[in-house]
Amino acid sequence: MTPFDTLTSRVAPLLRDDVDTDQIIPARYLKVVDRSGLAEGLFAGWKSDPSFPLHEPATEDARVLLTGANFGCGSSREHAPWALIAAGFRCVIARSFADIFRGNALRNGLLTVALDEADHARLVADVSADPWRVVTVALEPQRVRWGAAEAAFSLDPFSKTCLLEGLDPLGYLLAHDAAIDAYERREAP
Amino acid sequence: MKTLFDKVWDAHAVHEAPHHPSVLYVDLHLVHEVTSPQAFSGLETRGLPVRRPERTLATMDHSTPTRPGGLAVVDDAGRAQLETLARRCAEHGIELFDLSSPHNGIVHVVAPEQGRTHPGMTVVCGDSHTSTHGAFGALAFGIGTSEVEQVLATQCLLAWRPLPYEVRFEGTAPEGVSAKDLILALIAEIGVGGGTGHVFEYRGDAVRALSMEGRMTLCNMSIEAGARAGMVAPDDTTFAYLAGRPGAPADFDGAVARWRALRTDDGAYFARTVSLDASRVSPRITWGTTPAMSVGVDEPVPQPTDAAARSALDYMRLEAGKPLLGQPIDVAFIGSCTNSRLEDLREAARVLRGRRVAARTLVVPGSRAVKREAEAEGLDRIFEAAGAEWREPGCSMCLAMNGDRLEPGQLSVSTSNRNFEGRQGPGGRTLLASPLTAAASAVAGAVADARRTLSEAA
Repeated sequence: MTPFDTLTSRVAPLLRDDVDTDQIIPARYLKVVDRSGLAEGLFAGWKSDPSFPLHEPATEDARVLLTGANFGCGSSREHAPWALIAAGFRCVIARSFADIFRGNALRNGLLTVALDEADHARLVADVSADPWRVVTVALEPQRVRWGAAEAAFSLDPFSKTCLLEGLDPLGYLLAHDAAIDAYERREAP
Repeated sequence: MKTLFDKVWDAHAVHEAPHHPSVLYVDLHLVHEVTSPQAFSGLETRGLPVRRPERTLATMDHSTPTRPGGLAVVDDAGRAQLETLARRCAEHGIELFDLSSPHNGIVHVVAPEQGRTHPGMTVVCGDSHTSTHGAFGALAFGIGTSEVEQVLATQCLLAWRPLPYEVRFEGTAPEGVSAKDLILALIAEIGVGGGTGHVFEYRGDAVRALSMEGRMTLCNMSIEAGARAGMVAPDDTTFAYLAGRPGAPADFDGAVARWRALRTDDGAYFARTVSLDASRVSPRITWGTTPAMSVGVDEPVPQPTDAAARSALDYMRLEAGKPLLGQPIDVAFIGSCTNSRLEDLREAARVLRGRRVAARTLVVPGSRAVKREAEAEGLDRIFEAAGAEWREPGCSMCLAMNGDRLEPGQLSVSTSNRNFEGRQGPGGRTLLASPLTAAASAVAGAVADARRTLSEAA
């Protein structure tokens, strides 16, 4: 996992709620045994529409996606964060996230930032007014800053450490080998 | 005082530390071809073995053909996934129900029918509909591919403890109202994110009255309300279902005695509670592009109250205020891990017996065992006499990975679980409903109310 510290980027606005993982990457792009071709599948159903917001010139090198509530609902496909990362995104800012997507994203170094209603509305308004606006997402202080505005976000300390240091949580699990052995002797022979 | 969820979670917590996710032991790890290849590659890169291959069970379902012919009729990309799974299972000594196995089928159909899912177990799979297995009083949830790798390597998962959420269905569901209608009514009530961070426990008389098949349908769609899992406390219905199945415990009576303790203690804490009166639920059908957008089948398309609803109506090309009944359809799909078990097929056959379909109709059994049982009772002949296509088992048109799909613009009534834009094929439009409603709509060639169809002579 690539460590995440501070990211300064333009913002790609996808201003709707309940963006499901079938929209993030349709199932026909999951027929791979590696991680190839996933960027191509990102938002494949919507991309054919010329008015799709991610076609706006201001979003071309955006590494932050701004969206609504319950982002990533639906399927457990980890291809969804893989596709976002393959397309250059490192952070998704939303009102809220579906549970499985959030876990999948964080394990892959894609930071999920859930803002409270007022902060989210303010950021949406400011980005809508100026599509070229740049935001800075700082993980250590857990802050998003844009212009004179600033918003705090919460993140569990375990995921934060993994992101800051680029650690794969599998290492933490493997370190519990003795406890797993003991559990299996007792409960799961 | 603990909830059922608390009891199962606590019994599987290997290690818990403040501000850290729990190390949770996994009793049964289910694997399929789409979400596992990169996990096996990850193990290989790290030089790790599969810790407990005998607690791992694999099947092929998502990319598999529903026309006869097996691997020979799969496209190259699908074949590569199926062959990769077969090779990885052979390398690691994992039991695999491949296309030639008499036990093959959809992962959430085969594990229960083989008796592998037991009350009190933890069950995971790289598939969000793993929540299905909660019907047995198991804690079962979908995971991502990097978690599949965690479980293969350690038989454990890093997981944050969700909160228990009590979902009550009181009263008696009317004739013609199935578990599918109950769950669609719940999701309409609390929304697609209403269960986020929670595990449902389904309780109440209408839940107790459900068969195991119905409970599986109910738990299956917990994820469509955002909950990680849904559970039903095991009871005599559960034990009767499991008795005699190949994977049932050898000391079955001893197991039942232990399983009887798997129930929520009186006064245990639920973070949230919702209660629905099952007697007031009617057959449901979706009109939009999330599973929360549903109405009674005999109600009009509702007026949109927000941008999401307007966008959904626009995509669905449906008009607010107009009835859904009589809306012409192109395809009826009866199948998926939600509604492809024997009971579901019997319900569809109840409508299709002696009638003819007026729209293309696919009936896709959930497993080879379901297919055999259905054929033994002659359901296949009812479907074929009605003009429906009787297929080989698999996920099929639920997510359209295997070539079974809607053409752009086509409208289906589908017994599957997701009506997301393009889910059943690019540009396809999906109305989710029960097997009864799908079969009645197949006969009418338009959205229909099965209660009315069944009241008329075939």
